[in-house]
Amino acid sequence: MGLRKRQRMIVVVLALALVGAAAALVLTAMQDKIAFFVSPADIASGTVERGRDFRLGGLVVEGSIERASDGSVAFTLTDGAGDVRVLYAGILPDLFREGQGIVAQGRLEEDGRFLAREVLAKHDETYMPPEVADALKRSGHWQEGAEKLR
Amino acid sequence: MIAELGHFALVLALVVAFLQGTLPLWGAARRQAPLVELAPAAALLQFTLVTLAFLALLNAHLASDFSLAIVYQNSHSTKPLLYKFSGVWGNHEGSLVLWVWILALFGAAVALFGRNLPRPFKARVLAVQGLIGLGFLAFSLFTSNPFARLDPAPLDGLGLNPILQDPGLAFHPPMLYLGYVGFSTAYSFAMAALIEGRVDASWARWVRPWTLAAWMALTLGIALGSWWAYYTLGWGGFWFWDPVENASFMPWLAGTALLHSAIVVEKRDTLKSWTILLAILTFSLALLGTFLVRSGVLTSVHAFATDPSRGVFVLALLGIAVGGSLALYAWRAPALQGGGAFAPISREGALLLNNLLLATATATVLLGTLYPLLLDGLGGPKISVGPPFFNATFLPLMVPLLVALPAGSMIAWKRGDLSGVLSRLGLAAAGTVAVLLAAALLADTRSTLGLMGFAAGAWVLLGSLNELAVRAGFFQVPPARAWRRLKGLPRSAFSMSLAHMGLGVLILGITATATGQTERILAMRPGETVTLAGYEVTLASVEQVQGPNYVARSGTFAVQRDGAPVTTVRSEKRFFPVESMPVTKPGIHSTLLRDLYFVLGDPNSEGAWAVRLYHNPLVFWMWGGAGLMGLAGLVSLTDRRLRVGAPVPARGSRAAAA
Repeated sequence: MGLRKRQRMIVVVLALALVGAAAALVLTAMQDKIAFFVSPADIASGTVERGRDFRLGGLVVEGSIERASDGSVAFTLTDGAGDVRVLYAGILPDLFREGQGIVAQGRLEEDGRFLAREVLAKHDETYMPPEVADALKRSGHWQEGAEKLR
Repeated sequence: MIAELGHFALVLALVVAFLQGTLPLWGAARRQAPLVELAPAAALLQFTLVTLAFLALLNAHLASDFSLAIVYQNSHSTKPLLYKFSGVWGNHEGSLVLWVWILALFGAAVALFGRNLPRPFKARVLAVQGLIGLGFLAFSLFTSNPFARLDPAPLDGLGLNPILQDPGLAFHPPMLYLGYVGFSTAYSFAMAALIEGRVDASWARWVRPWTLAAWMALTLGIALGSWWAYYTLGWGGFWFWDPVENASFMPWLAGTALLHSAIVVEKRDTLKSWTILLAILTFSLALLGTFLVRSGVLTSVHAFATDPSRGVFVLALLGIAVGGSLALYAWRAPALQGGGAFAPISREGALLLNNLLLATATATVLLGTLYPLLLDGLGGPKISVGPPFFNATFLPLMVPLLVALPAGSMIAWKRGDLSGVLSRLGLAAAGTVAVLLAAALLADTRSTLGLMGFAAGAWVLLGSLNELAVRAGFFQVPPARAWRRLKGLPRSAFSMSLAHMGLGVLILGITATATGQTERILAMRPGETVTLAGYEVTLASVEQVQGPNYVARSGTFAVQRDGAPVTTVRSEKRFFPVESMPVTKPGIHSTLLRDLYFVLGDPNSEGAWAVRLYHNPLVFWMWGGAGLMGLAGLVSLTDRRLRVGAPVPARGSRAAAA
């Protein structure tokens, strides 16, 4: 085998090994490192697995926000077809407010409450996370012009 | 009137871009000198015209001309002057004008500084550059006209998104665009080379400064963006693996690979078609980033507009640019003859390994970024791919890269002696073990990932220092002579070591912050004191303050250490009445060793305030490392041998150096 041919063989083998390794890493990560989006209705129906991360989207119920003395916050998210109590130890984003569509990432506790690690409410006051809009559409609570829900 | 002139200038620029993109290609193919000579003139004219359009837009913003739709939508008479200035690109239409302006700037720079390029080649480069400009000028004019008027003119504007009312807006987007758009030159050079069917060492030498400049700007642009996110978002974080961040990170990874493979083409005349492919892919990823950010498929502070026609237009541009270049590549690349052969253990082999790892890493980031979009588009479940995914896929691929880096930068061309290189890296290895032990003993958290990060950072940093010392001969000749040799080394040698050191410092900074961060989230009453990583933090007061276009609740924190005052830090929650939007400003006290980072939240019913307190060790070095990498790019650009206009060194100075 000529030097150039051997050189090419080594490159090909190395590249294949790397692509294989990367594919293995990606596939493993796809198993448990991605977060699915669920709605309060999904949780109410009991189909959501406990103890793994997912994203929960919904509208913050008016008058449901409670601030504890340790700085943590609890509030209720709804999509009209189900309600979930969310606990969050942290400072809420600037645009978090009642009636606003938000997304929380975290885990479902045994008692049915949602422990959020992160709460996202983004960018401007009329913004509705697309996932939340979808969940509302599915539960039949969507009105054109999301602001009207507030 | 000025706005109409600006609009007219933009239309003229479109016409010029069309001429620049077609006639020189024809002229170069038919050997018609006048058409070939047209290219530089057209590039300069296009730059002048886009500059005029940009100035007209700037004028409208500074003068608060609310008859212009984008000024009305994104400005307000009470907005501070700095943000009237940077607000020009704080919206979709304006940022596109900035994009096109920087594209024209690079075209003009190639026209002016590429004097040593063969005329037909230069004409082809500028023609491709003109075609890219044509696409984006059409995008601007037909879907996102920045000069659209409102009639009747409103009395005042709607204001700028308060998150963007930050000095960061003045620096981060232009710097990032210099990087994104700068890679268009690498793309144009690659396309011109494919058209001519010839790639050689001089091609690599021509393309390298442009790639380097773009890479440097992108490095600094990403670092600035990360810093902005850090001091503005109030989470104490600096990188979130957000799709928008990934959009800028992918061209950076590919561009880094391109910089390295271009060295192989320059020095050894091999890896040619791979390098051409990388040049195409790097700019394609930059275009993909533009598409992701600008089309509204992602929801983010960066996505100003969600007009579907715009998304389709950018997607079409992306398709033409990527598809066209790859088709040309498939047709012409087989004709590129590979140069010198090399053994697997050699500098070429090391740089190839670097390229393969960076390309694979880019692919995993691309997959993680696009997969949720594809799944959603195909009607699958909605998923979110965040930090856990990228930590589990991207980081493992970086391990072999970082382990191999110091040895790879020392190994000889063609056929290297690995054991010899490793024996000369003994000092760096010993230092790395020392750092690893220190980290295991001192660091609060002993996560395996954290220890690996410290080891990798130390290995890269010390290995680069070691490499420089070996090159100067510190272990063979008397120190005084080695010192003289060190000073005589070419700047490109320094820049390589400096860039690698910057990477090492960056990794150390990231690791220290990620593993050593202390976070306290609690409710504090005014006057209350808590401890944070050895500091006593008192919430001294909370008061109302009036800003230029906002009112704020300002919390003052007094910080003491062992009873001695250290500093006072203010965190504000600002409310912008015009935009009717609150924004949190964390209070940060930085030193080289740590940041104290405090955020004032909302009051609870008992009169206490929710606060977040962070102690971030060594976080400065994260930006410091990125800064070193940027500086390394600058040092390399000033190297005479690599300067575009100076292929042949002046005889006198060369002799003196030797």
